[in-house]
Amino acid sequence: MASQNISVPKTPINYSIRVDKVGVRARIIRAVRIAAISVVAVIMLIPIAWMSMTAFKSRPDAVAVPPKVSFEPTLEGFVSLIAKTRQLTTEQIAEYEKNPDLNWADRIMLRRGQAIIGVSEYPRRFLNSLIIAGVSTVFSVSLGLLSAYSFSRFSIPGAGDLLFFILSTRMLPPVVVTIPVFLMYRAVGLYDTHIGMIILYTVFNLSFSVWLLKGFLDEIPREYEEAALVDGYTRLQAFRKIVLPQAVTGIAATTVFCLIFAWNEYAFALMLTGDVARTAPPSIPSALGTGGIEWARIAAGSMGFLIPVVIVTFALRKYLLRGVTFGAIRK
Amino acid sequence: MATIELQQVEKKFGEAYAVKPMNLTIHDGEFVVLLGPSGCGKTTTLRMISGLETVTDGRILFDGRDVTWLHPSDRDIAFVFQFFALYSHMTARQNIAFPLQAQGESRAVIEQRVNEVARMLRIEHILGQRPGALSGGDQQRVALARALVRRPAAFLMDEPLGALDADFRESMRAEIKQLHIAQHATTIYVTHDQIEAMAMGDRIVVMSDAVVQQIGTPAEVYHNPANLFVARFIGSPGMNLVRGRLADGVIHLPGGNAYPVPEAWLPALQQAVGREGEVIVGFRPEAADIVDDGPLAGRVYAEDLYGGYTMLHLELETDEIIHVRTNRQLILPIDSTARFALDPAMVRFFHPQTEAAIHQEARP
Repeated sequence: MASQNISVPKTPINYSIRVDKVGVRARIIRAVRIAAISVVAVIMLIPIAWMSMTAFKSRPDAVAVPPKVSFEPTLEGFVSLIAKTRQLTTEQIAEYEKNPDLNWADRIMLRRGQAIIGVSEYPRRFLNSLIIAGVSTVFSVSLGLLSAYSFSRFSIPGAGDLLFFILSTRMLPPVVVTIPVFLMYRAVGLYDTHIGMIILYTVFNLSFSVWLLKGFLDEIPREYEEAALVDGYTRLQAFRKIVLPQAVTGIAATTVFCLIFAWNEYAFALMLTGDVARTAPPSIPSALGTGGIEWARIAAGSMGFLIPVVIVTFALRKYLLRGVTFGAIRK
Repeated sequence: MATIELQQVEKKFGEAYAVKPMNLTIHDGEFVVLLGPSGCGKTTTLRMISGLETVTDGRILFDGRDVTWLHPSDRDIAFVFQFFALYSHMTARQNIAFPLQAQGESRAVIEQRVNEVARMLRIEHILGQRPGALSGGDQQRVALARALVRRPAAFLMDEPLGALDADFRESMRAEIKQLHIAQHATTIYVTHDQIEAMAMGDRIVVMSDAVVQQIGTPAEVYHNPANLFVARFIGSPGMNLVRGRLADGVIHLPGGNAYPVPEAWLPALQQAVGREGEVIVGFRPEAADIVDDGPLAGRVYAEDLYGGYTMLHLELETDEIIHVRTNRQLILPIDSTARFALDPAMVRFFHPQTEAAIHQEARP
C-alpha cells in the first residue's frame, strides 16, 4: 500500500511549512514589510509621544533648546490645568513653606512660586464635554438606528430623495453656518446651554449615522426578522432581539465616529458657548494667553482630552475591526 | 392543525402580477407542494399565507377564520427558510426555544419541549453550539426543530433543502417526509425541484408565470399533465412532445412516422382539432418500448447509461429528439435506426394553440 510509505509526524505541526512562507525570499519580503510598518508607526506616534512627554515636563524643560528627551517628570502641567493659582512674592513663598498641611499639589506649584487658590475651569468644561458628546452620541446613534432601519426595511415613498436630503446636510462645511446658528440660538435661548450643543451635534451626526447604519442593516438578511415575526414576535420585539444583536458591529463603529466628532468639535463650541456650557476643546488654547505659553499645561489638557475617546474605542475595538471593513459581515 | 383556504388571492407588484388570482384549499394534515420555476410566484404565495407579504386582493382562511390581514405572529404558523435564518448570536438551544419564549411558556415547559424535538430530530448533541459551527444539514435540522417546537397550525417551508448538498438533501427529504407522517401537520412546501415535489407531496400545485397550471396528486400531474408546461416541467427528462398532423384517424409525425390514433381517442381529438388538424402527441420516456416491429422509428442520436436503465435519445427528424427509457442491457449503435411502439394507455394529446391537454371524455 502506498499509504505505508507516507511518514506521519508524531506531533501536530503548528508552524507553517509552506514554501511561500518560509523561503528566503518570503522571509526577506516579510522583514522589509515589518520594518516599513515599524518606521511608519514610529513617525505616526512621535506627536503623541512628544505631547505625553511635554505634559510631564516642568516649564523650563518644556521650552528648552535643544529639546530635552530625558528630564525629571513632574505633574506641574496637570496640576496647573485643574487648579487656579496665584503668583507669590519671595516672602510669601518662605511663609508658605512653613505651613505644615501642604499637600503634594501645593508643593509642586510652590516650586514655581505659585499658590493654589481653587479649582480651575477645566474640570467643569471637561465634564461639559463628556455630557454633551455622550448624550448627543446616544441620540444620534439611536435616532439614526431607527430611521436607518425604516429606510432599510420598509418601502417609504421617495426614500431615495429623503436619503439624499439627509446626506445633503453634510455637503457644506458646518462652519459656514455658525453665524446663522449663533443668531438663531441667541433668539431662542439655546446659546450657551447643554441642550443647545446636544441638539446641534445630534443634528450634524444624524445624517452620517443614518447612512452608515443603513449600510450595516442592509447587510442583515430580512429572513432573520421574518423568522421572528412568524415565531410570534412583534416588529419591535424582532428589532430588539434579532436586529440589534446582529447590528452591534455597525452600532459600535457609528458610535465611535459620532463620539469623536462631537468630542473634537471646536468651531461651534467656541462660538455658541460662553461660560456655562463651554466644552474642553476651546478651553485648551485659552492657556496660551496668561503669562507666556504654558506648553506643559496645554499638553496635559490635550492628553486628558484623548483619554475618553481612547477608552471608548478600546472598549469597542473587537467590533470596530469588523465594522470598518464594511461588507465583511457574514450572510 | 388547520385547513387553509385561498380564495381569489392575488398579488401585484406595481402593475405586474406576481400571483394571478388563485384558489386553493389545503386540507388538514395535507402535504402540499408549490412547484414551479423561479419567479413563478410560488414563494410569494407562501409568504402571503404566512402574512409576511400582504395580498393585493382575495381572502385567506385558516379553518374558516379570515386571517388575510392578521400579523404573521397571530397566524400560528411556522416558517422554514431556505437559508435557515438561524440567529447567529444564539446557540441551537436558544434558537429552538425562541418561539416558545414569545408565547411566554415557563422555563420547565420550554426545556422539556426543546429536548423533545431535539430527540426527534437527533440533534441533542449539538444544542449547545452556535449555528456558525454546524453543518448545513444540522443547521436545517435546528431550523426544523424551531418550527416543530411550537406545534403550529401549519408548516410553511420555502425551499428548505435548496441550500444543502445533494446527498444531504436526499436524506433530509426523507426526514421531513417522516416528520410529516409522524406529526400529520398541514404543510406547504415550496420548491423548484420536481423530483422533490413528486417524492414528498400529497398534492402538487404547479405554477408558472404567476398562474396555477395544475393542482393534483403527483401521479396526476405526472401522467395527466393539464398542459404543455406541466408536461415539460414534470419528469426528468420531461414528457416527449411531438407535433403531428391528424388526418383520417392517423397522426403523421416527423420523419415519415404515422401513429394510428387509438379508437377511444378519435372522437375527442376530432372534436378538438377537427377532422384534419395539428395536434401534439405526448408520451413519457417509459411509455415507449423498443421493439423490432414497432410502428415508429428514429435514428439513435445518443445514449445515457444510468446503470439501472438507459435513456435513449432518438432523432425522428433534424432537431426533433425524443427520449426513450429502455432496458439497461440494451445498447444500440449510434446512428442506427431504432423502432419503437407506444403504450396506448400512456399516450396524451395536447392542443397546439391552447397548449391544454385534450381529454377523452368531456369533463364537468
